[in-house]
Amino acid sequence: MSLELAATVAARGLDAALEVADGETLAVLGPNGAGKSTLLAVAAGLLRPDAGRVTLDGRDLTAPGTFVPTHDRRIALLAQDPLLFPHLSVLENVAFAPRSRGAGRREARATARRWLGEVGAADLADRRPARVSGGQGQRVALARALAADPRLLLLDEPMAALDVSVLPALRQTLRRVLADRTVVLVTHDVLDALLLADRVVVMENGRVVEAGPTTDVLERPRSGFTARIAGLNLVSGPWRDGAVAGVRGIAADDAPVEGEPAVAVFRPSAVSVFREAPGGSPRNSFPVTVTELEPHGDQVRVRAGHLAADVTVQSAAELDLAPGARAVFAVKASEVAVYRT
Amino acid sequence: MIPRWIYAPAALGAAFVLLPLVAIVARVDWTGFLGLITSQASQDALWLSLRTSAVSTVLCVLFGTPMAVVLARTSFPGQGVLRSLVLLPLVLPPVVGGIALLYTFGRRGLLGHELDVLGIQVAFSTTAVVMAQTFVALPFLVVSLEGALRTGGRRYEVVAASLGAGPTTVFRRVTLPLVLPGLLSGAVLAFARSLGEFGATITFAGSLQGVTRTLPLEIYQIRETDVDAAVALSLVLVVVAVLVIGLARQGRAG
Repeated sequence: MSLELAATVAARGLDAALEVADGETLAVLGPNGAGKSTLLAVAAGLLRPDAGRVTLDGRDLTAPGTFVPTHDRRIALLAQDPLLFPHLSVLENVAFAPRSRGAGRREARATARRWLGEVGAADLADRRPARVSGGQGQRVALARALAADPRLLLLDEPMAALDVSVLPALRQTLRRVLADRTVVLVTHDVLDALLLADRVVVMENGRVVEAGPTTDVLERPRSGFTARIAGLNLVSGPWRDGAVAGVRGIAADDAPVEGEPAVAVFRPSAVSVFREAPGGSPRNSFPVTVTELEPHGDQVRVRAGHLAADVTVQSAAELDLAPGARAVFAVKASEVAVYRT
Repeated sequence: MIPRWIYAPAALGAAFVLLPLVAIVARVDWTGFLGLITSQASQDALWLSLRTSAVSTVLCVLFGTPMAVVLARTSFPGQGVLRSLVLLPLVLPPVVGGIALLYTFGRRGLLGHELDVLGIQVAFSTTAVVMAQTFVALPFLVVSLEGALRTGGRRYEVVAASLGAGPTTVFRRVTLPLVLPGLLSGAVLAFARSLGEFGATITFAGSLQGVTRTLPLEIYQIRETDVDAAVALSLVLVVVAVLVIGLARQGRAG
């Protein structure tokens, strides 16, 4: 394991542990306040945990009696805001790390130009940070972090503040440069996790509630948060008579035995919405109270508590759906996948 | 949007500050002006003031910058009390500061004996002038710079550290350049305060022409015997002060 981290920070309610293999990208998902940024601060040596240990490549960085300062950890940080040094040109920003490590001016600049080229920002070299856009700034910040030749790269929602239009290209760049690196990526965007990460951990209330290969976690979400961001409905409970908490479904290969805890997962698009329970149907149906309506593509996503259904704008109008309205969600058992937990 | 009536007290306040300056200009005896300000005593005083103020400004920067960094970037028990004490000269009557300096560095002061042994006599020398000015001007620089450091925050320093820069490199290449405007305006304030220093200087350094009699002391001294000269020199001090402020503003804009 390249990075091993375990930390308890009582003041922020954090009590979590994670490991990242050499060359692996780990995505950390979770709602605001779950402790993701605190975790990064512990890794970077910006925060001393009440208890815990941070080990990178077998070297103790944070441990009882040991606290390696940030500048000596070889852990680079890329935040939501590029934070380019405003008094230095783009090129000097990227040359900052090589210069700090003792490289000569000429050599540091050559390194900087190489990394700027790598992230597709070579033409910005002579600009002042105030004169680059948000997306360009984040590219430059990425080049600057990579120029530090870090053993571990920490990305804290690197695309959260950017215009949607620049995201696909930047994602491609990240995908390319992160491929063989050891990375911890904090994100709230499932697409980032899917495209960039090998594995995912999900945090809630300062604890890791889920961990595993990205596709497994997103296709088989077990926590409410993951299900919500993955855009899936999730019902958990004991598996009885072919149903989880009354929701009939099809068990996956690894079927739960009778009475075993399980989750039923289904897509909002598989859910039909009615004013009253459809009679004599083989479908699962749940009486619900609508809590929220939001546009979702050309459809309307109807949320009722932790469940969601996608309906057309027309049917939303016909059903007279509005927050507080009573409705019935129905889903075919064949559309419900059941996993053991 | 501000209420219209607020212009009235604002104008009154501005007039209160500006009118005395106009009065000085009006009172100046222009025919003898050049002769008054180029007398030997005046030249000595002006030259001494500029020299000592420049040196004390340098000292303020050298000691005040680290003080501001420690106050802005660290926290330790008693820091609040320490900050208040360090800033005490801001509110202390300068005469009291002069007495305090005298009983620290004077011949019979706290360190007087040790200094005497080393053959150093501070009181009533040009060194004493510089010390008195530094004593009263230092808090101006510290306050101004600490504010700039706190406003700027630590975010850039954290990034720099994560890029492998040690504390000294971060301080030199990130912290200082980012607070340079704050440092400059702090230095200008300190210079201006040094230039105007009177109470601590006359108490601790005395009033010896060419040695410790700075321009404010010369003005005070000469006022008894030659009002025209006092007014002329006052105008010189006003002009110097205006120039300093103008330079500082320009430095910030650029």
